Amino acid sequence: MQVESSIRHYILENLLFTDDETRLANSVSLLEEGIIDSTGVLELVMFVEETFGFTVEDEEIVPENFDSVERLAHYVRSKTGEVTPNAGERLFV
Amino acid sequence: MPVNDFLCDSARRFPDKVALVCDGQHLTYTQIEQQANRVANALIAMGVQRGDRLAIWLPNSVETVTAIFGILKAGCTFTVINPTTKLSKLAYILNNCSAKGIFVPAKAASQATALFGDVQSLRFAVLCDAGSASVATTRPDVVLLSHLLQAYPAECPPCPSIDIDLACLIYTSGSTGEPKGVMCTHANVVFAASSIAQYLQNTPDDIVIDVLPLSFDYGLYQLIMVFQFGGTLVLEKSFAYPAAVLRRIKQERVTGFPGVPTLFAILLQMDLARFDLSSLRYLTNTAAALPVEHIQRIREAFPWARLYSMYGLTECKRALYLPPEELDRRPGSVGIAIPGTEVWVEDESGNRLGPDQVGELVIRGSHVMQGYLGDPEQTARRYRPGRYPAERLLYTGDLFRTDSGGFLYFVARKDDIIKSRGEKVAPKEVEAVLYQLPGVIEAAVIGVPDDLLGQAIKAFLVCGSDATLTAQDALRYCAQHLEDFMVPKYVEFCDDLPKTPSGKIQKSALR
Repeated sequence: MQVESSIRHYILENLLFTDDETRLANSVSLLEEGIIDSTGVLELVMFVEETFGFTVEDEEIVPENFDSVERLAHYVRSKTGEVTPNAGERLFV
Repeated sequence: MPVNDFLCDSARRFPDKVALVCDGQHLTYTQIEQQANRVANALIAMGVQRGDRLAIWLPNSVETVTAIFGILKAGCTFTVINPTTKLSKLAYILNNCSAKGIFVPAKAASQATALFGDVQSLRFAVLCDAGSASVATTRPDVVLLSHLLQAYPAECPPCPSIDIDLACLIYTSGSTGEPKGVMCTHANVVFAASSIAQYLQNTPDDIVIDVLPLSFDYGLYQLIMVFQFGGTLVLEKSFAYPAAVLRRIKQERVTGFPGVPTLFAILLQMDLARFDLSSLRYLTNTAAALPVEHIQRIREAFPWARLYSMYGLTECKRALYLPPEELDRRPGSVGIAIPGTEVWVEDESGNRLGPDQVGELVIRGSHVMQGYLGDPEQTARRYRPGRYPAERLLYTGDLFRTDSGGFLYFVARKDDIIKSRGEKVAPKEVEAVLYQLPGVIEAAVIGVPDDLLGQAIKAFLVCGSDATLTAQDALRYCAQHLEDFMVPKYVEFCDDLPKTPSGKIQKSALR
């Protein structure tokens, strides 16, 4: 859960301006809840690149990869080789 | 003709054509027409009267489109409010326009119920519950859109509106800090939409992608214009995921892309060669000027598409456009008056100025709206008598100059309004929120140059010696009380703020 907590911490501090952990569930849609907008997504991309040490391709900046803490954690793991996508699972990489 | 006839006429001409692509659906003109008719019949049955104001507090969605045209067909006036608008400001707007009803997301049912206490005029709320069948309401004045769509007939009700009735109110930030509702008649909207479609050379073959909020006139007019010329609107929630939008452009063979400088700045950071954008016939920019360097790079990235630099303000929708063939010669210009209108530059004594002289841009034409609802004082400052009785000119508050060919160049604003992400931000509105923070003695908000946002919002705070306020506290409070685009990017604490001899905060010294 290291990846999740790192992402959560970033969003709480930089997009929600709080350290109240209850403000963000891992499954919540960042876009629909108004937590993120177009510039917020770009900040999140920069955070992911710097923190996890890989380049995010433009085509990968899609809701399927970025729109919740759990989706983003899943995407980060797939890029850093921690998990391989399940057969038939649609990963946008 | 009323604006709603755009939909009726296109449904007659192109019944089976896709009118709207949104939320994973492809809806034909007949489907939209019938849904809007059902909403209109429901509203009439609920007792709305001609001219009543109804608000829509929803993100870009099929429901928003249906509500807009349903409200118009019932003879009422609609206003779309940004879904990130917080409750206190929402209540202010609803009271300002004496809203009788409101369309809200189903998940905001409890907030909608709370609004009844704050807004005396409010008679009903419609919960837009697409896809969430579990929503239930117990109050008779809170109804589900899905129920209305099932319960009311799809026949078009007779529309009582004539073209001098109000079609919509568009709320905009003013230098006073309170949002002001610009009154737009059907005739104003029809004229403005027709003039714009004329210079963009729109045809029924056009497919326009709209990533801008429908609460913003630039976003709203994409819908109105597409329904006017019988094209297809691809309506997105936002531009938060640029690659997804670019993929949609390919999938739907989009021909028109309206943007603002921030969107173009994001696009120019991407490797656009990896996307098939060959279907684009034109790109438009307004809300703030594009840097000349970005204009050149956009043209290099989309050599097959026409790029329109434009200028406008909600008070007249659109004022100027630069014919794309002039871009090479005058890249910094926002052009000439839109078709069927007249503009000039005037000094403070009312004299029209010649080339290279700086003065206020004045606008004349049928797109000049009716002023601000319930605010005759502000209305009289912007809208002044024209040549003929009942004619009014729009004084834009923006300084311009012309070149020898009569093309116009934006110079500066006369007031201190900030343009961030293409949206207008009144410093007073942000400062009012900052002053609510414990310990804040003085607050000043300015715009600072920002490559992506055009201007970023910077707040200066002077706090009492025992205050424990942090920048994060201030930003969190702003995020809770202001729309996203109004939240400062920077907060700086200082011991005092520079003042004029009369004691006013001197913002020019902060820049």
